[in-house]
Amino acid sequence: MASVETAAVPAGAGLGESLRRAAEAASVPLGSLVVAGLVFALFIWAVAGANPLEVYELMYTGGFGSWFSLQNTLQRAAPLILTALCTALPARLGLVIIGGEGALVLGGLAAAAMGLALHAASPLIVQLGMALAGMAVGAIWIALAGWLRQYRGVNETISSLLLTYIAIAILNQLVEGVMRDPASLNKPSTSHIGDANMIGLIPGTDVHWGLVFGVVACVASYVLMSHTTFGFAARMVGGNVRAARMSGLNVGLLTIVVCALGGAAAGLAGMVEVGAVHGRANGSLAIGYGYTGILVAFLARQNPLAIIPVAILLGGINASSGLLQRRLDLPNASVLVLQGIIFVLILAGETFYGRIRLFRRKEA
Amino acid sequence: MTFDKKISRRLALGGIAAGALTTALPMRSAFAAKKVTIGFIYVGPRDDYGYNQAHAEGAAALKKMADVKIIEEEKVPETLAVEKSMESMINLDGASLIFPTSFGYFDPHMLKMAQKYPKVQFRHAAGMWDKAKHPANAGSYFGYIDECQYLSGIVAGHTSKSGKLGFVAAKPIPQVVRNINAFALGARSANPNATVQVVFTGDWSMPVKEAEATNNMIAQGIDVITCHVDSPKVVIETAERGGIMTCGYHANQSKLAPKGYLTGAEWNWSKVYTDFANQLQADKPLPNFVRGGLKDGFVKTSPYGALVGAEARKHADEVKAKMASTGVVIFKGPLKDNKGNEVIAPGKDYDQFDLWLEGMNWLTQGVIGSIS
Amino acid sequence: MEGELGLWGIPLAIFAGAIRVSTPFLFVSLGECLTEKSGRINLGLEGTLIMGAMSGYAISYLSGSPWLGVLVAGMAGMLLGALHACICSLPRVNDIAVGIALMLFGTGLAFYLGKPFVQPKADILPAVEFGWWSDIPQVRAALQVNVLFIIGVILAPVILWFLRSTRWGLILRTVGDSADAARAMGYDVLWVRLVATVAGGFLAGIGGAFLSLFYPGSWNESLSSGQGLMAIALVIFARWNPMRCLWASLLFGGTAALGPALQSVGVTQGYYIFNAAPYVLTLAIMIATCSPRRNLAGAPGELSVTK
Repeated sequence: MASVETAAVPAGAGLGESLRRAAEAASVPLGSLVVAGLVFALFIWAVAGANPLEVYELMYTGGFGSWFSLQNTLQRAAPLILTALCTALPARLGLVIIGGEGALVLGGLAAAAMGLALHAASPLIVQLGMALAGMAVGAIWIALAGWLRQYRGVNETISSLLLTYIAIAILNQLVEGVMRDPASLNKPSTSHIGDANMIGLIPGTDVHWGLVFGVVACVASYVLMSHTTFGFAARMVGGNVRAARMSGLNVGLLTIVVCALGGAAAGLAGMVEVGAVHGRANGSLAIGYGYTGILVAFLARQNPLAIIPVAILLGGINASSGLLQRRLDLPNASVLVLQGIIFVLILAGETFYGRIRLFRRKEA
Repeated sequence: MTFDKKISRRLALGGIAAGALTTALPMRSAFAAKKVTIGFIYVGPRDDYGYNQAHAEGAAALKKMADVKIIEEEKVPETLAVEKSMESMINLDGASLIFPTSFGYFDPHMLKMAQKYPKVQFRHAAGMWDKAKHPANAGSYFGYIDECQYLSGIVAGHTSKSGKLGFVAAKPIPQVVRNINAFALGARSANPNATVQVVFTGDWSMPVKEAEATNNMIAQGIDVITCHVDSPKVVIETAERGGIMTCGYHANQSKLAPKGYLTGAEWNWSKVYTDFANQLQADKPLPNFVRGGLKDGFVKTSPYGALVGAEARKHADEVKAKMASTGVVIFKGPLKDNKGNEVIAPGKDYDQFDLWLEGMNWLTQGVIGSIS
Repeated sequence: MEGELGLWGIPLAIFAGAIRVSTPFLFVSLGECLTEKSGRINLGLEGTLIMGAMSGYAISYLSGSPWLGVLVAGMAGMLLGALHACICSLPRVNDIAVGIALMLFGTGLAFYLGKPFVQPKADILPAVEFGWWSDIPQVRAALQVNVLFIIGVILAPVILWFLRSTRWGLILRTVGDSADAARAMGYDVLWVRLVATVAGGFLAGIGGAFLSLFYPGSWNESLSSGQGLMAIALVIFARWNPMRCLWASLLFGGTAALGPALQSVGVTQGYYIFNAAPYVLTLAIMIATCSPRRNLAGAPGELSVTK
C-alpha cells in the first residue's frame, strides 16, 4: 500500500542524504500541523465566535503549561502509544489494522483474570503474569486478523473491526456473568486484583509505568523494524509481496508474527489500564483508546519513534478539552474537530514528500 | 432546553430559603457568602433528556446564586480522564467542591482524588460512601427514585388496558432492578394481574436497540412502557409513535409524548445542589451522606397526562401523600421473585435506607425477564 | 409469553426489525458500492452517515420539512464525499487512511454543530401502512414502512442495471478495474472517481437522515453505533453487487433485531452475545466466501482493500 513508506536510509547514502530525509520528515508534518491550526482557528472563530488565540493559549495551559498539565498529558498519552503500535507495526507489511480497541479490551480482561488467579503470589510475579496474559491474548486477537487475511483472504481492516465489536461483547458478557464480583453492584466488574499488585507510579510523578512500557515498546519496535533482518523482511513484504515470496520469505508467518506484536502492544495497554488504573476489568476498558491509537499511528506515519511525540501531542489536546469546556463553554466535540482537521491535512501533506525542491536529492 | 425556567427558579429560591434557615439569619448568611467554585462532571452529553440532563439542570439552578461559579465538563469517561478532570478543576480553576455525577467515578477515581486533595470536598451521586472506609472529605448523595417508579407503576397499572407493561432497561444492575421491581409492585398494587416485560439493551445509550425493544413490546400488545436508560428520548418517542402510553424517567419527557405521557419519575437535584452550595458558602461542614425521597424533595413526579383517569389519580395521590408524610414501605414481605422463591419473609419490612436493597438481584413476581 | 403469536413472534419480529433497521445499511452500502466500483474505498462513510443524520434533523427542525432535511443530508454527504475524492486525487495519498480521517472529522463536526439540535423535536418522515389487510397488530406494525426503504429497494436493481448495462456504468467499471486502461481509452480517471465518491456520499447522507428522521427518529451523539462502518463491510460481503447489498442489509438488520426479540419471548441469557450476532455472522460469511488464492468475483481491480 502506498501510504507505508520504507523510512530507512538506503545503504551507502551519506550524512547529507539522511539529514535531507530527516528534515523532510519533520517539516512536512509540521507544515500540515500549522495549516491545520489555522483552519481550526478559522472554524472556531467563524462557528463559535471564540478568539482563536485565547483557545490556543488555553490549550497550551491545559496541556503543557504547568507540571500538572504536562503530567495530565503524559498520562493520557500512555495508552495511546501502545495502541498506536497495534496499527503501526502491521502497517509495515501494508496491512491496515483498526482493531486495537478489541485487543486492548481482551488484553485487559485476560490480565485481570491472571491477576486474580495469581493474587497470592508476590506482586512482581502477579504483574509479570498479568502482562504476559494481556499481551498473549491481544496478540492472538490481532494475529487472528492477520491469519484470516493470509490464509482466508479476508480483508484485515474489516475483520479487525468486526473482532473489536465481538471482543467488547465478550468483555460485557463475562464481566456481567461468570467473572462478575458480586460486590460490584452498579458497575459490573471483575474482582479487584489487590492493591499490592497494582503497578505504581513513576517516582516523583503522577504518571503510571504504562508510559515507560510504551516508550520502551516503541524503541524496541523501531530497532526491530529498522535494524534487523526481521524488520527488513517485513518491509520487503510491505513493499512487494510477490518479490518477497520469490526471495523465499515466509510471508504468512511474517504477517502473523507482526500482527501478533501489534496486538501484544494493545493487549499490554489493556493490562496497564487494569493494573495501574482500575484494578479490575470492566466496561471502562472500552472507551476508545484503541481508536485514537489509529489516529496516532497514521499521524506518526507508522513510524514507531514518531508515535511518542504524536501521542503526547494528542494527549495534550485531550487534556486541554476540559479547560476549553469550562472556560469558553466550547462543546467537547471541538477537540474532535481539531483532531479530524489535523488528520485530514497530515494525510493530504503526504503528497508533498519528495516534491519539495529544497529536500530533493542533489543528483536527482 | 426543556428545562422549565420558572420551576427551577422557584426551586432555587426554595433552596436558598432552606439554606438561610439553617444559618438562622438570612441577612447574615447572604452577607457572609464567600466566593466558591463548584465543579460538575457528567459521563454523557448534558442535554440528553435523561440522567446527565437531570444533573445539569441541578447545576443550572446554582448558576443563579450570587458568588457561586459553576464549571462543567461533559462526556468524561470513567477512567484516568475523570481523575484528571477533577484535578484540573482544582488546580486550574480553584474548585472547592466537586460533584462527579456518574456511578463509575467513585471507586477508585474519586476516592483517589479525595485522598490527594484533603481540602477539597467531593460528593458523589450514589449511596456508596462509608465512614469506616472512605475519606472524610468525600461523601454521597442520592435520591430514592424507586418511590416515583412505584407511583408510575400505580398509574400504569390502572391505565393499561391489556395489563401488560414494558420496561426497557440498560443493564441488570441493582439500581435498575430496584426501579423495575418498584414499578412492577406499584402496577400490581393497582392491578394484581399486571405483568412487566423487561428487555435489557446491554448499554446505557443504544438508540437503535432501545427503539427495537420498544417496537417489540408494542407488537406484543404491551400498552404502557417505561425505561431506565441514560436518555429515555428514543423509547418515549417510539412508544408515542406506536400509539401506546409511557411513563418517563430522569427528567420530564411530556413534551416528547403529548398524547401518551402518563407521568414520570424525575430527579430534583437542584434542591440537593443548592443545599450543598449554601452550606459551602456559609463555611459550614458539608454533610457526608444525604439521601432522601419524595418527602425530602430529592425526587419528584411529572404532572399527570390527560389519559390518567380519576381512579388512577386518586390511588397514586393517596400513596404519594403518604410517602411525603409518614413514608411507604415498598419492599415488604411476603414477597416472591419471578421464579417463585421467597425473597422477603412475611412480616419483614425493608425501609428505603436499608442497605440490603442496594444489592437487589432478583425480579419480583409479575416481571417477565431475567437478570442473569 | 402467552402472546397470541407465541413463538411465531420471533420470525415476525426479525422480519419487522430487518425492514426497520436495514435502511441505513442499504443506503450506505449502495453508495459505497458505487464508490468502490470506481476503484476507491471511502471508509469515511461512518462520518458521512452521522453528518447526514445531524444535518437532516437540524434542517427538518429549522424548516419544518423532513424531506428538505433528507435532501440537505444528502448534500452534506456529497460535500464530504467531494472532500474525500479531492484529497485522494493528490498523488501518494492513501484512500483508506483518508477515510478514517474523514470518519473522525465528520463525526466531530456533526457532534459540534449538532449540539443545539439534541433537545428540539423535529418533524420526522411519515410511515406508509402496508399492513392494512391484516388484523394482527404485530403484522401491521411490522409493515409500517418508510418511503426511503422503498426507494432503497428500488435503487438496488437500478444501480445494478446502471453498472451492467449503461455506458456510464461501463466507464465506472473500467476506471475501477484498470486506471491505465481507462486512461488509454481517454477517460478522466480522477473525475470519474470524484463523481462516484460524491454519489456514494449522497446516498450515505440519506442513510443518516433515515436514522435521525425515521428510525429511531431523533438526533443524539450515540445514534450511530458503527452502522456506516458495517455497511462498508457489507459491500465486500455482497461482492460489489447492489442486489446482494440489499439482501445483506436485510440479513444484517434482522440479526440486529434478534437480541431484543429473543428477550421479549423469554430467552434472556447472553444478550450481549446475541447483540454481537450481526458481527459474528458477517465475519463467518466473509471467512466462508473469501479465498486467498483468487480475487473475489466482482472485485474492482484497482481497489486497495482487495489488492
